Amino acid sequence: MNKVVANADEAIRDLQDGAVIMSGGFGLCGNPENLIKAIHRKGVKNLTIISNNCGTTDKGLGILLQTRQVRKMISSYVGENKEFERQFLAGELEVELSPQGTLAERIRAGGAGLGGFFTPTGAGTQIAQGKESRVIEGREMIFEKPLKADYAIVRAWKGDRWGNLVFRKTARNFSPMMCTAARITIAEVEHLVEVGELDPDQVHVPSVYVNRIFQGTSYEKPIEKRTVRKG
Amino acid sequence: MPLTREQIAARAAQELRDGYYVNLGIGMPTLVANYVPKGIDVIFQSENGMLGIGPYPTEAEIDPDLINAGKETVTEIKGTSYFSSADSFAMIRGGHIDIAILGAMEVSEQGDIANWTIPGKVLKGMGGAMDLVSGAKRVIVAMEQVARDGSKKLLKECRLPLTGKKCVNTVMSELAVIDITPQGLLLREVAPGVTPDDVQKVTEPKLRISPELRTIKI
Repeated sequence: MNKVVANADEAIRDLQDGAVIMSGGFGLCGNPENLIKAIHRKGVKNLTIISNNCGTTDKGLGILLQTRQVRKMISSYVGENKEFERQFLAGELEVELSPQGTLAERIRAGGAGLGGFFTPTGAGTQIAQGKESRVIEGREMIFEKPLKADYAIVRAWKGDRWGNLVFRKTARNFSPMMCTAARITIAEVEHLVEVGELDPDQVHVPSVYVNRIFQGTSYEKPIEKRTVRKG
Repeated sequence: MPLTREQIAARAAQELRDGYYVNLGIGMPTLVANYVPKGIDVIFQSENGMLGIGPYPTEAEIDPDLINAGKETVTEIKGTSYFSSADSFAMIRGGHIDIAILGAMEVSEQGDIANWTIPGKVLKGMGGAMDLVSGAKRVIVAMEQVARDGSKKLLKECRLPLTGKKCVNTVMSELAVIDITPQGLLLREVAPGVTPDDVQKVTEPKLRISPELRTIKI
């Protein structure tokens, strides 16, 4: 078994136009920076991207909008990106908004083999339009479908050659579920280690979910809102 | 005298109890963390996967892997835990968060809330707001009574697209503390020097006045 690839370009060698891609990250935190840049370089078009946000105007997934590589975004919040706004208002970009918890659970359901779920989130709002609704235990709930993808791209802190992954702090966010819900999951890691080096009790994503893994380079880790207190 | 934003936050903080797990929205609600009553443990949750948010970091402590749901850099405390977004919202939806304190553009007398979009304006998305209002055990809205354009925000029916239906329990404003009850709005507290009439003038539905009406103490 060899899941290790040399770099991001090799990891996305078979990525084609029209692919559905899940990308881990919350804003610019926990982004698979090397993979996003490789997709940008490869120039594949008509992508559907499933990610909580769409980066900022010039960082993270935002760079794929600049090159018009994205046809559709499925997200919960897209407020920090001027180019996104422009393309959406011009009708060039399709957007599906999903409440954040519903988005996370739809991805989890996709990876867990479930056909969807009923949730109270969004009942009685615009989000419920066109969805089946039921009263369960006295509460109105709406049906939400699972999400799956051709590729999931995530960044972990550490990963071993089999693909066991460990995340760091809030860089984890959507990545663990995304790893389970794609046909091909690619992890870039800050530290690629030998099998056996990770504490089995501390693994966040078991290796079965990861197909390709590589050591990432040159992490920028941009900060959106640098808030500090006096030391 | 109407309360300042800081004082509204301080009043909201009086609702916190020892052992509460609390989610604070962006803006004024964030200030609530500065007024936790002394001697109690309150744990703040962040939707992006963290329980136990600490203060903002010093320059030396800044860590790009550690942010809150507003994408601000934060710190951890002793006892912090991290988890995935699915776990985070299971926690929220599953009723494990004692209080969510958030802002709003409109609240109705049935407890409907609108705070995520204005049709025709820029589209941003609801983020975690719909999950929070439907899942937290108690939802407190901290907001001003009147919008910048002078329109009332506490209404018979919301006009903006809803974030959630029948989910707000209490509104805390610069003038008053108002509970949302099955019988409508119940005025429980007024700011110092403010009369129930003053509150009614900026509130569309008819207010019932609590027999135990008292003055807000900060």
